[in-house]
Amino acid sequence: MTALAPPAVRVKEPTAAGRGRSGSVAWMALPAMLMFFAFGIIPLLGVLGLSFTTWDGIGTIHFTGLTSWKAELKDPELPHSLLVTFEIMILSWLVQTPISILIGVFLAAFKRYRGFLAVLYFIPLLLSSVAISITYKALLDPNFGLGTGLGVGFLNQDWLGSSKLAIWVLVFVVSWQYVPFHSLIYQGAVRQIPVSMLEAAQIDGAGRLRQFFSITLPQIKYTIITSSTLMVVGSLTFFDLIYVLTNGGPGDSTRALALEMYRKGFMANLMGPASAIAVILVLVGLLLAQLLRRLGGRGDESQLEGA
Amino acid sequence: MAAIHASAPARKGTTPVGRLLRLNWLGGTFAWLWLVVVMVPIYWIVITSVKTSENYFFTNSMLPPHEITFDNYKLVFQNDIVHYFLNSVIVSVGAVVPAVAISFMAAYAIVRGVGNRWLRTMNTLFLMGLAIPLQAVIIPVYLIIIRLHLYDTLLAIILPSIAFAIPLSVLVLSNFIRDVPRELFESMRMDGATEWGTLWRLAFPLTRPALVTVTIYNALGIWNGFLLPLVLTQSPDKRTIPLALVSFQGQFQVNVPAIAAAVTLTTLPIILLYAIGRRQLLSGLTAGFGK
Repeated sequence: MTALAPPAVRVKEPTAAGRGRSGSVAWMALPAMLMFFAFGIIPLLGVLGLSFTTWDGIGTIHFTGLTSWKAELKDPELPHSLLVTFEIMILSWLVQTPISILIGVFLAAFKRYRGFLAVLYFIPLLLSSVAISITYKALLDPNFGLGTGLGVGFLNQDWLGSSKLAIWVLVFVVSWQYVPFHSLIYQGAVRQIPVSMLEAAQIDGAGRLRQFFSITLPQIKYTIITSSTLMVVGSLTFFDLIYVLTNGGPGDSTRALALEMYRKGFMANLMGPASAIAVILVLVGLLLAQLLRRLGGRGDESQLEGA
Repeated sequence: MAAIHASAPARKGTTPVGRLLRLNWLGGTFAWLWLVVVMVPIYWIVITSVKTSENYFFTNSMLPPHEITFDNYKLVFQNDIVHYFLNSVIVSVGAVVPAVAISFMAAYAIVRGVGNRWLRTMNTLFLMGLAIPLQAVIIPVYLIIIRLHLYDTLLAIILPSIAFAIPLSVLVLSNFIRDVPRELFESMRMDGATEWGTLWRLAFPLTRPALVTVTIYNALGIWNGFLLPLVLTQSPDKRTIPLALVSFQGQFQVNVPAIAAAVTLTTLPIILLYAIGRRQLLSGLTAGFGK
């Protein structure tokens, strides 16, 4: 769940409670600051530093300049894992967004079902990616799993054994876990649409489809951007899920960036190149977050509002 | 497509917006369909956990068993699940309580010390921290933990967990503290209360819902965390629940019902807590994000 941190949350200007005598309270921020420096800021700088070294994870660390970067950038696994990462990112966005918006609009309109559905929808978010992955691994077994149980031939495939299918399994499991969350965000946004606007549209004789495309969608634009940012940036960090479900396989067909970094660093003991991958991971994340902000126009605002 | 009249009679259970949006059958279909999609694996894991191995392999996997057995649960208990459970409790409580406490203090300082340049810089750093993924810094964290001679201890998991809980906690809590009317702070000051006293006697009770939300949210993330235990511990007796699940999976192999029992058993406490604290979590979380 750490991946859910929203990068585009607006900082409210100090209002009511502010303007105390500064200085006398500053020490209270110290413990948090120290912890955050020690295990947040320093590691972030450290990973950049380590990418210019050679280290096997146990012995001494040698500064070797660009050696690790050169080795990493030459490795054909890097573009491949980038491709896999983007593939999962784009596919899971494409699957999740329309479904979440549709369900969100529905939930916003029907109070009667909202409470009930929201309770059950939230369950996947409570489960660990590990538990979910283990469940799906067994459930997708071609001999004893879902397909045989339901008697649906189509479901009876070697889902995790084929490189084409495995990536779709990942996309599906990600959607399974997060569509409910995004639906709840969207229903909050739809409920913020001024009623007068919808009334005006109806008086003008706008049909339901027209209303949806001309009012609902533009009105939840910022929510779409926030939700997309969470999806896109979050998908860079899918690790538990891939590690347990496919471990990058079959072959290297689902070896995304985070997993490639883990394998390089903690299995092949090449901490230098692994740190280089980590730096790339951070850069890609920041770049995408910025890009999505631009798309939103008003860079510093978010309309994330919910249940 | 027919025009919709604003004068349409109000349907029971719909909101004003809902009345205007009218029946959205496509969304409705998806909403209920998705509910089935969400529930099928949960249903499956529960019924499988009470099946015998033979039953699992020779009968329809989607149907509940004729005879319920708890042998799988017994097997999971025999494999030290209680120990791993306690490890997870230690890590979660040990990380969440200090994390929320120091985040609360920092949030209070940030709101109260508005003119202070240091505090403003700190706040910016925390906000930037929201964008740091744990995966990206795991190698230096590993290095630091080794150098502190904490490798393969529960404390190794606790310390980075605290750090990574801070940014979002400070954000949510400071937004709540900002909503406390300034007059209340003023009157506390008039009464001669120190900032420390005001923190505990004014801000703490007034931000309790936010504190509960932040606590649940962080606890969930740490309880389910996999990467930190995977990288920072090694010996079996330091395993937390997610790591234990993965090792069960390797150990039980084809004994799917036993794996299902392990998953069910380790998920149950979270579901129970959710059932109790559901309203808090949902309302608090969305309110915190919304600001």
